[in-house]
Amino acid sequence: MIDELLRPFDFEFFRNGLIVATMAGALCGAIGVYVVLKGMSYIGHGLSHAIFGGFAASALLGVNFLLGAGAWGIASAFMINAVTRRRVIGSDAAIGVITTASFALGLALFALFGRAGTNFDAALFGSILGVGADDVIAIGVVSLLAGTLIFLRYRALLFTTFDPEVADVAGVNTARIDALLTVVLAASILATMQVLGVTLIAAVLVIPAAVARMLTNSFARMLQLATGIGAVCGFVGMNLSYHLDVQSGPTIVLVAATLFAAVFFATGINGRRRAAGLMAS
Amino acid sequence: MIERPRSTLVELAGLTYGYGSEAVLEDIDIAIGCGEFVGIVGPSGAGKTTALRVIAGSLRPAHGRVERRADLRIAYVPQVETINWSFPVSVRECVLMARVGRDRRLPWSSRAERAQVAAVLARLDIGNLADRHIRELSGGQQQRVFIARALLGEPELLLMDEPTSGVDVRLRHELLHLLDDLHARGLAIVLTTHDLNGIAAHLPRVICLNRRVIGDGVPHRVLTADVLERTYGASMEVLEHGGMPVVVDSFRRHAPHPHAPHVAHAPHASDAHRSETPA
Repeated sequence: MIDELLRPFDFEFFRNGLIVATMAGALCGAIGVYVVLKGMSYIGHGLSHAIFGGFAASALLGVNFLLGAGAWGIASAFMINAVTRRRVIGSDAAIGVITTASFALGLALFALFGRAGTNFDAALFGSILGVGADDVIAIGVVSLLAGTLIFLRYRALLFTTFDPEVADVAGVNTARIDALLTVVLAASILATMQVLGVTLIAAVLVIPAAVARMLTNSFARMLQLATGIGAVCGFVGMNLSYHLDVQSGPTIVLVAATLFAAVFFATGINGRRRAAGLMAS
Repeated sequence: MIERPRSTLVELAGLTYGYGSEAVLEDIDIAIGCGEFVGIVGPSGAGKTTALRVIAGSLRPAHGRVERRADLRIAYVPQVETINWSFPVSVRECVLMARVGRDRRLPWSSRAERAQVAAVLARLDIGNLADRHIRELSGGQQQRVFIARALLGEPELLLMDEPTSGVDVRLRHELLHLLDDLHARGLAIVLTTHDLNGIAAHLPRVICLNRRVIGDGVPHRVLTADVLERTYGASMEVLEHGGMPVVVDSFRRHAPHPHAPHVAHAPHASDAHRSETPA
């Protein structure tokens, strides 16, 4: 039994996948706290779809995926951030147009020019098979970047997330904080796309944060819990993915959703009230 | 013509601000001096909150000039209705936000910061609530938490948007006493309010605003029937009680029903409150 559980660790691709999935869960868990508390869940969802367009374009042009989709993702992030802050038109509508058009472009490019050897399904739903050493390095760099941002700008991030107008008066450059957060979000999506898939990343951003919110009323503890919960879901989900022979993205999301349901019922009325407040924000 | 205070903290001159093409504030001249206590009154949509935000610096005007004294420390207390009470912060975490951008960048608070938070909470009589979630407090306690956060930033000018919105008479009195105490210690305060009798009439200076400044000065000179009608677009009567103006709604039925029971029209503060917020 133990031998069976440890057998996948003999394979390098699994070890890489497990490292990436665990770090991806932790990274998305931490960033997800800000995403859900700022009511940015739809931005995370939209951004992951937008990046798919860049993924398709870079695959067809033979450009390194991290560079091509990264540039595309950062550009989309800035566009979304500008639309959201300036409120030129309804942000929901604008983000819907920008991101779904980018996603549709990706699908159209693949349909017109073929998949050019790219693992199309892996980009959409995540796969353990394509995870290499460069993915481990990418997730490591993005995690370090996100961790540094959260550590050094913890107070400004908290103030901006809770009360942006007063934070602005108190001297916090809220525009810069929002831009940094959106860029880190885009980079996180990019770095976790291989394992989680663009269609499922939003769930990994939202679920650990929602579970953590049901367990605590403290922001600091919510951040720690969501990071840990995300990491555990990534680790367990990736192991199950191998043993059940199901794609990694859906398995990780299902593990997270199961945990959400368990905590939802275990915490009773208090947890539900906190979660309801979270959804309302 | 208002005399410019000797030591001006903020001055708005010829200021115009609009959302899109619609001007919310037009040709505004307001100067706030050291240690002043000012109430801005006006109907809903008159531009009171916008004026406060321009003073705070979170909105930049389209035309005109805003001058703030160099290194002026401003604290802003928003309307309680705008606060996300479900946000996961304890009272201590909320108050500590005021220390953002100070010497310390580490996420956790220092011993000195914790002592400062404890001192400001004790000063506002909420010292025992530091570990409670902000939603678990009463309305008056919640208002005090945000005043505590503002005070921890050691401001010279405190801006408050509708601090008495939705609070009962006892809480309003408590708040007024608290602000009076802070003002007596030298803090300049500017607040917006709908409450003409409960708040505005008690302040040393009142500004009547409806897109433009209609009146500016001491309450007994500004809270007059003429100024209030021009501000609110509705007729009001102003009585005097204990040397203070008392604003009453002068609404009268055109033709009383002959069989209707007689109801004395009491000049009550709440009548005036309702009359100033047309639907």
